[in-house]
Amino acid sequence: MARGAGQAGNDDTRSDCMVRIAPVEDGGLDLHLESKVGLYYGDSIRKQTIDTLKAAGVKHARVEVRDQGALPFAIEARLEAAARLAGYTEGRPDLPAAAALPSPSERNRLRRSRLFIPGNDPKIRSGAGLPGADGVILDLEDSVHSGAKDAARLLVRNALYCIEFGASERMVRVNPEPLAVIDLEAVLPARPDLILIPKVEKAAQVVRIDAAINRILGTTGEHRPVWLMPILETGKGIENAFEIARASERIAALTIGLEDYTADLGVVKTREGAETLWARSRLVNAAAAAGIQAIDSVYGDVDDEEGLRAWGERSRALGFQGMGCVHPRQVPVVHDTYSPTEQEVDRALQIVQAYEEAEKKGLAVVSLGSKMIDPPVVERARRLVEQARKAGRIREGES
Amino acid sequence: MSGKTELVQNVIGRKVPVQVNGNPQIPFKGLGQHLPNGRKAAPPVRSASSYPSDGDKRVTDIRTALEKCGLKSGMTISSHHHFRNGDFIALETLQTAGKIGVKDLLWFPSASFPCQAPVVDLMEQGVVHHIEGSMNGPLGDYCSRGKMKGLGVLRSHGGRWQAIQDGEVHINIAVIAAPTADPFGNCDGSHGPSACGSLGFALADSIYADHVIVVTDNLVPFPCVPWQIQGNNVDYVVEVEQVGDPSQIVSGTTEITRSPERLRIAQFVATLLRDAGIMKNGFSFQAGAGGIALAFVGFLKEMMRQNGVKARFVRGGSTSYLVDLLNEGLTDYILDGQTFDLAGVAGIGSNPRHLATSPFTSYNHHGKGNFASMVDAVVLGATEVDVNFNANVVTHSDGRLLHGIGGWQNCLHSRCTILAIPSFRDRIPVIVDQVTTLTGPGELIDVIATERGIAVNPRRSDLLDALQGSKLPIRPIREIKAEVERFCGGAPRKPDLTQDPVAVIKWVDGTVLDTVFQVKDRAV
Repeated sequence: MARGAGQAGNDDTRSDCMVRIAPVEDGGLDLHLESKVGLYYGDSIRKQTIDTLKAAGVKHARVEVRDQGALPFAIEARLEAAARLAGYTEGRPDLPAAAALPSPSERNRLRRSRLFIPGNDPKIRSGAGLPGADGVILDLEDSVHSGAKDAARLLVRNALYCIEFGASERMVRVNPEPLAVIDLEAVLPARPDLILIPKVEKAAQVVRIDAAINRILGTTGEHRPVWLMPILETGKGIENAFEIARASERIAALTIGLEDYTADLGVVKTREGAETLWARSRLVNAAAAAGIQAIDSVYGDVDDEEGLRAWGERSRALGFQGMGCVHPRQVPVVHDTYSPTEQEVDRALQIVQAYEEAEKKGLAVVSLGSKMIDPPVVERARRLVEQARKAGRIREGES
Repeated sequence: MSGKTELVQNVIGRKVPVQVNGNPQIPFKGLGQHLPNGRKAAPPVRSASSYPSDGDKRVTDIRTALEKCGLKSGMTISSHHHFRNGDFIALETLQTAGKIGVKDLLWFPSASFPCQAPVVDLMEQGVVHHIEGSMNGPLGDYCSRGKMKGLGVLRSHGGRWQAIQDGEVHINIAVIAAPTADPFGNCDGSHGPSACGSLGFALADSIYADHVIVVTDNLVPFPCVPWQIQGNNVDYVVEVEQVGDPSQIVSGTTEITRSPERLRIAQFVATLLRDAGIMKNGFSFQAGAGGIALAFVGFLKEMMRQNGVKARFVRGGSTSYLVDLLNEGLTDYILDGQTFDLAGVAGIGSNPRHLATSPFTSYNHHGKGNFASMVDAVVLGATEVDVNFNANVVTHSDGRLLHGIGGWQNCLHSRCTILAIPSFRDRIPVIVDQVTTLTGPGELIDVIATERGIAVNPRRSDLLDALQGSKLPIRPIREIKAEVERFCGGAPRKPDLTQDPVAVIKWVDGTVLDTVFQVKDRAV
């Protein structure tokens, strides 16, 4: 491949690092390093730069590094991205110390909240797991400028390797095809738990992504599950919801992107969301029919906690199990609204208990107080108890 | 700083000079161990018959006042920071002294701000010999590079009062910028076009200085009511166009934070007060300026409302956040040491339950007690903390002077001292093995709250017991440190320091707690 100057990162962004690599004929590496934290980490950044460039196959180049206090995982990503953009595509990464890999994620795990993290912003990544969202989405799609996709991909990969996200499920939103496959090739070796596929309109799109995952995981020999969450963002996607929901064994949930969907319909997205009621109900039904979770969109107004709470309550009543969060302070509100209330839990526990007692006694009819209880009611109560237990709403010792 | 200074090790292992600017020093002996006796310093004897019987002490300008006070080379001139970065008078006074032709002045501000950066020129010209008071920005940098002729002496607000009473610092001329004054010299900060709130920092100077000059841009006929500074202590009154720009009282640190990590810390601290049972009817707290402290007040206010809890008093640094608390009836009083924004200024001028206090009431080591130790909880910041809970507030990890001590050391005497700090800034971890400059001993620091967890000082087993059952992430400090170092790429390299002191850090009792050494300039 032809070589030319390659550049990644921004030098006017706190916690980022700008790298520019200009290949030359010979003379080795001509390194120009400036760092805001040079007094403390200057030697370490110099060594990391040399090692990473060596691994990337850069032998003779003028290298400019302007660091604004980036963490080592981000520095590596910027160096590697600049090297690739300069035409050094045959090298390998030189990753900083990896974080412990969390246990694999379960298909039916709690997914009340998923916190959006822009994929090319190195600043907030180290704190992304702290708010305790059920999931974090490292986003490669809409929050990343088209010119920064290559750099973002490596930054997200490195974050998955190096940063602890606590109990949050580690999700990546890839770009639409064909970029999706390049995204997957970069991030799958770092073992994300779930991939969000944007702008899905047909089952075939999911099938292709699923095949790409098989191919990539085949080369890594990795058997850890990778779940899928297709995002339906158009009228066509909603119409095909059920087929999409059944397109792969990997699908754990369906979700909806309301900004794009309302744009597709040519309607205005309102605070109450009446214009998307049908689409969202359709999605919930399709997910139920396919035996997977239904996850709602986001509530964009960060300062409107009341509106968020009302949205969440209506959404849960429709059958959604969670929604996206655009700011950490939405997380506790969302957890609250998508968790069973104390009253609901008490009632469900009573029903389950009544059922178990009736079963012990060999009674065909279950009753609680003066009310007779049908089998579907018992089943719903069981599911609610299960969900409440996952959400930590039932203390040990309660049945 | 020229010449070698003999250093000894104090009781907590810090190397401190035995002499500072020619005066013998007492190394820190431990908390509550230094109890001098004898009598306090006193101002010279004056007689009313030497002053105008009509009470009119006005002179035409600052220059005349300085000359009438007998300004000479080598004298000590004091000023105050009620206007924070909007002060006009301190710099003008020193520049006027330069024009008069005196040299080697000791400038004794209650704090200095970037607006006083031109004092660097006065030091270069020899007008000012050195500064005893907080130094930041260009002044801090000048001192850190060892360019100041004398050693800097950093004291807390309470320590400044103690130094005056111990005779450690003898003020020849105090210059007080006053938003309202009468010709007799009574003055106050709560009213006038340049109202700035309390004038508490100038109180000691008004009592103990040889000469006192009041400078005002709002002269009212006698009496100026209320008066915080008594005209009976004042020699001359000068009228000027403007004493300061009150809009500059508000600095960047008095805006609430938007950072998710910092909001998280603020919420942790409020929750800690609630869960530990500190937040109860009749309690008290202090939160200074700074994004986290202000956000903390917001969270705590909500919890107080939910739990129907009311405070007896809160201590400021007042801001609109404390003023709201008072207006909503969630506290009976604000005891205000200085105002950090214009809502605080307005409150002090209009609400009788918003009281101007001084370092004497709140902080002075030689008082018969002080308010700071009666506060149930205080939330403070720090630039660095170490695994033994020692903290640094004056230098960054690079060893350069960046902040004054302010009331920070004095506030450590609260019943529960909480340092609310992010676990790292840029890439630099905040928890270290040993702080670069010791400003507060770990014995007095009870809690270090970061976004990754809360470390409770093991000395406070009572607090740990009270927090049993709380959902807060209480973690050992070393564990938080290790976690941060893991993603920051190891511990930061220590700064290269010389063995030449550039400043000393005084403890509240006047003993020397630590030394700031000159930094070596090093290419990155």
